[in-house]
Amino acid sequence: MNDLLPQNRIDEFRAKAATIEHPRELIVDALRAVQSHYGWVPDAGVDLVAELLGVLPVEVEEIATFYDKIYRRPVGKRVIHICDSICCWAAGGEELATHLQRTLGIGFGETTADGVFTLLPTCCLGACGEAPAMMVGLTTYGSLTAAKVDTILAQLRTETGA
Amino acid sequence: MSGYPQVLFKNRHPGVAAFLAEYEASGGYQGLRAALKMTPQKVREAVKAANLRGRGGAGFPTGLKWSFFPADQPGEKYLLANGDEMEPGTYKDHQLLLADPHQLVEGMAIAAYAMQIPHGYVFLRYAYEQCAQNVERAIAEAEAKGYLGPDILGAGFGFELHVHRSAGRYILGEETALINGLEGRRPNPRSKPPFPAQSGLFGKPTNVNNVETFANVPHIFTGGTEWYRSLARTAEGAGTLLVGLSGHLSRTECFELPMGISLREVIEQCGNGVRGGRAFKACLPGGASTPFLTAAQLDTPLDHVHMEQAGSRLGTAGITVFDETTCMVAATLNLARFFARESCGWCTPCRDGLQVVVWLLEEIEGGRGSFELLAMLRDQVKNISGRSFCALAEGAMGPVGSLLTRFGDELEDHIKRGRCPMR
Repeated sequence: MNDLLPQNRIDEFRAKAATIEHPRELIVDALRAVQSHYGWVPDAGVDLVAELLGVLPVEVEEIATFYDKIYRRPVGKRVIHICDSICCWAAGGEELATHLQRTLGIGFGETTADGVFTLLPTCCLGACGEAPAMMVGLTTYGSLTAAKVDTILAQLRTETGA
Repeated sequence: MSGYPQVLFKNRHPGVAAFLAEYEASGGYQGLRAALKMTPQKVREAVKAANLRGRGGAGFPTGLKWSFFPADQPGEKYLLANGDEMEPGTYKDHQLLLADPHQLVEGMAIAAYAMQIPHGYVFLRYAYEQCAQNVERAIAEAEAKGYLGPDILGAGFGFELHVHRSAGRYILGEETALINGLEGRRPNPRSKPPFPAQSGLFGKPTNVNNVETFANVPHIFTGGTEWYRSLARTAEGAGTLLVGLSGHLSRTECFELPMGISLREVIEQCGNGVRGGRAFKACLPGGASTPFLTAAQLDTPLDHVHMEQAGSRLGTAGITVFDETTCMVAATLNLARFFARESCGWCTPCRDGLQVVVWLLEEIEGGRGSFELLAMLRDQVKNISGRSFCALAEGAMGPVGSLLTRFGDELEDHIKRGRCPMR
């Protein structure tokens, strides 16, 4: 279980759940904590969150599968969310998505063979003034061009040691 | 932007947020001090008199909403700030919280006092992590100075504020879906009535306002209701408006502008006109769910009343401009796909109807359209409008309806040629 969440976070969630009236309000927090530590949320992660908060696994699962920023399948070390909403569309977002797919050699929902990148489309990132935009982890990159994307990918690859 | 009075953006510097010292030096928390000297009812009346209307999209009068709240009911009550901001074309709450997060905290403290609410949450979308950190710091600073906590400024009123970080999905911006999301339930919207003011978070009275709406509140109490109303250029408007520009403009930034400024002035003076010297074709004046406006409506003042008269809505005041090379069928298809994907799937008109709309637009844009399919598209708009559980599908029909009424020729042209004429 420890590879899902560090012991101090487990203790923290258990303690907080014991003091609040509605522990289920921590489901999203706990799922995000598991994902942040483990990379994604496996079945055992759903079970762990359910156990920590005293709710049924299905009550956690219906939350985990609703949100698009909770990954219920293995993902690469870096998940790229490229915006496909209207402002990015108007600024060449489709062409940029094609460039990403071609450069990475994967389609949406897929992970590169080296396990570094997963590519997903996302709705508007709230960076409409700097379209087209994408988000990797919790960082948003705006005013993208194919060249800028290549530089970012190279940086991220270095970061992950790949 | 020089020349336009800056109220919400007065402490805005590129790349740096203003925190407590700067906020206080610019008059921060004076609004809270003034409000605490009034009765809660007088505070609600002042917000009503200021004619503040919600900045999250629906434009409901804030003071009226607060007056419906059972402030005198004892027990738990909740105040929620909606910072889900996921309406394509909208990024003003993002800019506001990157610039000056204390305005939200102060506005919420005043609102909490006005409605006698002891607990609040700031609900922020996944992508706004920096905003979440800014608000957390602002809350900590405010607690240390007694602007939040068990006894605010010795006035005998307590209010505690927390941040909730969400995990994606547009539907969370719908206030009852947001409440379900905060509770850790599947965030489908709830049926109304009961309205959140009667039964909201954990079944308790709950008031939800948009981030920018709260940020306006302190200024009503520092400057006065008359001054606040006079910030607008039209009698129908009040205050300033954070306008996020996007699309085919030379400059796509977020500006604080007087409410009632004309769409033309915004596009020409702030956006520096359409990019590359091209002609203006259309715009979404207030986010992805607002009907398209055309060049004929450019002189419309940006306030709720005039935008509705022009056949659209002020919405979130996120203006996305399309130049003459844009295919409006393709643009509408992009919007329809967004709404279809973001539907929570709870009700049939939205879950199934939006998919049909996407398919019809794909057929027409792909050169496989027919007048029969066009008639089906008209029927779908009629069948979906007013029949869905929440406003998502209704909003989705905004651009589709205006595509049919304002760009009918372009739709027919696709069908007659058997291809997209813009490609």
